[in-house]
Amino acid sequence: MTALRPPGTLAAALMIARKDLSMEYRTRSAFFSSLVFSLLGVSIFYMVWDPTAVRPIDMAPGVLWTIFAFAGMLGLHRAFGLELQTRAMDGLLLAPVSREAIFLGKALANLVYVSAVLAVTIPAVVLFYNLEFGSGLLILGGIGVLAAIGLVTVGTLFSSMTVHTRFAELLLPMLALPFFIPVVVPAAQASAKLLVGAELQTVMPWIQVLVAFDLMFGVACVLAFPFTIED
Amino acid sequence: MPDTLAHSLPTTGGGRTAEKPVAVFDWLMAIAVVAVSAVIARAIWFTPPEALQGEAQKIFYIHVPSAVVGLYLACPLVAIGGAMYLWLRDERLDRLAESAAEIALVFLSIVLVTGPLWGKPIWGTWWTWDARLTSTLFLWFILLGYTVLRGAIEDRQQRARYSAVLGILAALLVPFIHLSVRLFRTMHPQPIVLTPDKPKLSAEMGLTLSLAFLAFSVLFVAMLRGRLKYAALRDHVEARESGDA
Repeated sequence: MTALRPPGTLAAALMIARKDLSMEYRTRSAFFSSLVFSLLGVSIFYMVWDPTAVRPIDMAPGVLWTIFAFAGMLGLHRAFGLELQTRAMDGLLLAPVSREAIFLGKALANLVYVSAVLAVTIPAVVLFYNLEFGSGLLILGGIGVLAAIGLVTVGTLFSSMTVHTRFAELLLPMLALPFFIPVVVPAAQASAKLLVGAELQTVMPWIQVLVAFDLMFGVACVLAFPFTIED
Repeated sequence: MPDTLAHSLPTTGGGRTAEKPVAVFDWLMAIAVVAVSAVIARAIWFTPPEALQGEAQKIFYIHVPSAVVGLYLACPLVAIGGAMYLWLRDERLDRLAESAAEIALVFLSIVLVTGPLWGKPIWGTWWTWDARLTSTLFLWFILLGYTVLRGAIEDRQQRARYSAVLGILAALLVPFIHLSVRLFRTMHPQPIVLTPDKPKLSAEMGLTLSLAFLAFSVLFVAMLRGRLKYAALRDHVEARESGDA
């Protein structure tokens, strides 16, 4: 009989992410509500502006990334909300995995979920706003990944905190939105440049801000997470 | 019982208590109020108006000291108090962060009200999205979130840990907001505003400003002291009530 050994941090994180994603895959409730929210947002934003006064190409980047931040946040609450029902969180905490692995697993599942929403929203914006994207679309995808990483690291940490509070759904946006500024502003500004055919070189400062944010808050959130679930 | 509690003050972090009468008169606060009033009176009546801006510039003697006290004294204490709490787990540090956050909110509110009042006659606009204004505004939002978060958690230790985490992350965030907005501004045409050169203050103006810094710093210390006392007393009452239950 072989002795059972606890999984390493990365393996445990992948297991937790797989668990969360398979739950989401079976119900698809959070994904579809975020997706519908984001498509509705994109179309409503188009209609509230006068397209003869503001060109769709000028509106599109701001709309895309603002909607992305709001739609992403809709699903973030779910990651820990589900664990609190039937006290599944206690089981997770008792499992022989590190706290960091729990955070990474949750963040990874959120990253897949947010990226999936983004993967539908970007083409929807291109379609509805009649955008001409050349090779810039690839760079935009890269910016999307960087922005999604920033959003989910901070968002996952805050959802682990707000889920224990009295008005969780209201508190999460209040805490998280200021932290999304260094994600949404660079992403929107870089996309705006790419849309008018700028070279990668000109958007590099914005990409650097995104990378720095991801690194700094990635590390900070992993270190801070154990403090949010001590009990 | 409220009667005895109102007259007792805890010494350190709960536990042992000393039955000392609570001073109703806060002498430090009285000094601070007199000092701030005196400085405002000096600024209005005994300091010459600035050549270009006229009387409007006098709001400077409230705006700048409030900004310095709020941004450079109170805000760092929120992050430092939080970080030290996570390390040492001393409730007094949490109370320090909590008190500093509320006082920072007060001073930043003064900054955000006096700024547009000054900006309108001088710049010609209430608000401009430059790096400093935007960072201050979002810091104010975060402090508001911080106080709401504290109010939404019952458990004292959990409240202290969560707010410490938020305080530390906020300290990391401010440079990023500053950087994002600066980059945003340098890549966009500047709005046409009257950007004053580095101010050359006359001796009288310089003295008024120095006195204003001093008065506002005393006010900050008095407010912090009073707020810490209140927090200690409140925690003490809560501990007694939960002990009785």
